Amino acid sequence: MTHLIEIKGVRHAYPTQSGPLPVLDGLDIAVPEGEFCAVVGPSGCGKSTLTRLVAGLMKPDAGEVWLHGERVTSPRSTVGMAFQNPVLLEWRTILDNVILPLEIVAPRMPRRDRVARAEALLDMVGLSGFEGKRPSELSGGMRQRASLCRAIVHKPDVLIMDEPFGALDNFTREDLWQTMRDLRAKEPFTAVLITHDLRESVFLGDQVIVLSGRPARTQYVLDVTLPADRTIDALYTKEAGDMLHTLRDQIKIAQGRETAEAT
Amino acid sequence: MNGSLQKVAVPVIAIVVFLVLWEALVQLNGWPDYVMASPSDLPTAYANFWELFLIGSWQTLWRTIAGLALAVVVGVLIGMVMGFSRIMRDALYPLLVGFNAIPKATLVPVLALLFIGQHNFNTVMMAFLISFFPIAVSVGIGLSTLEPEYRDILRSLGASRVTIFRKIALPKTLPEFFGALKVAVTLAFIGTNLVEIVSPHGRGLGALFLSAQTNSNYPLMFAVLIALAVLGIALYYAVIFLERTFAGWAEQQST
Repeated sequence: MTHLIEIKGVRHAYPTQSGPLPVLDGLDIAVPEGEFCAVVGPSGCGKSTLTRLVAGLMKPDAGEVWLHGERVTSPRSTVGMAFQNPVLLEWRTILDNVILPLEIVAPRMPRRDRVARAEALLDMVGLSGFEGKRPSELSGGMRQRASLCRAIVHKPDVLIMDEPFGALDNFTREDLWQTMRDLRAKEPFTAVLITHDLRESVFLGDQVIVLSGRPARTQYVLDVTLPADRTIDALYTKEAGDMLHTLRDQIKIAQGRETAEAT
Repeated sequence: MNGSLQKVAVPVIAIVVFLVLWEALVQLNGWPDYVMASPSDLPTAYANFWELFLIGSWQTLWRTIAGLALAVVVGVLIGMVMGFSRIMRDALYPLLVGFNAIPKATLVPVLALLFIGQHNFNTVMMAFLISFFPIAVSVGIGLSTLEPEYRDILRSLGASRVTIFRKIALPKTLPEFFGALKVAVTLAFIGTNLVEIVSPHGRGLGALFLSAQTNSNYPLMFAVLIALAVLGIALYYAVIFLERTFAGWAEQQST
């Protein structure tokens, strides 16, 4: 089986005043093409470092990151990113915010085609009619929807998300999960989602990777067995409950509150 | 009273009230014009010297704008250097603060000796020297406080540093830039007038003020002060207009 994203034995440390602080040590992740990989772990365990490595924004001290069978050493235009902060540009309309990556990746693309592509995406996430608004005129959930459109407007192979729904209230978050699920049905991309919400990881993920406490290594990999067109209700089945329970136990181990015997 | 009428009427009424109070202060005290001229003295002064006012205003205006333009170019460059390089920030900051602390009046003889007889040049230089500091600092702070995520959304696509600057850093710093420009424009105006008044063979409204003083034409002195105020208001609102045009989005954000 070919893997679109492969992370092998990655180790990374940040320099601090009291010597290097290792954040990743022995991280292995493999995501097949088109799969959705959710990554959970205790806070401060290096999850955000992982996103920057996959995006090619930094290089690991040791180990390898591969995308599409190519070693990642620098940023590449086949990646899309979304963060907890939607980081929309306040001086641009929503439409022009979504178009931004195309200006970099496809400078020759006619404006008409860019607008058509952005409008189609905004329509998919329920933002049609808001193209001409400024980001400040939208609610937090709507801004995050626009941010997701911007992340995939250039049809990236890989979508990297660093807690994109973390700052939203619960109901808005569940709305966004369903938007994400519907987007995946229409737009083919492989996704890495960093989250601290176990229900989110089970609802969106094809696999859930639990990272250990710092320095993080791959501690546990859960295959989500729910159907692809799952609804929020699926989270309340026994099957989902068992998976959430397993993840909960793994997080406790990662936090060092329980011994590794549970595995 | 509707909004736009109120916007014009309120300041106009305030100015009229100010002039009436000024006139009353002079009349009630029975001050002669060498103690304080009154508003009623002013029309005669303008009528007698209107040509000098036009020439002086123009000279003051263009030299202020030239100095300010220079301050924008140099200030933005210094700000960029400080915003992008930590080392340069640490190196330049104490120098800039120290330079800014020097009272600019002390620089008038320094400039006069450096560039003897170059009155226009000296005046523009002073307007520039006095006004580039706030621009450099605000652009530097604006660039260095740019959240890393803003950079990352373009960097992850392989965008160059120039593209990131043009598409993100530059527009994001515009509100800070215009905030500084509002301070800088008043400073540049002060710088221009300082040189005009202090220089022995100056030009502009400052020189007109000096010659009014030498000739004991007190109403003319006050007329120059009012003309300076009007010019200062015009320059300030020109910057406001530019700000609304290029960074109007920042205003909407805060409402």
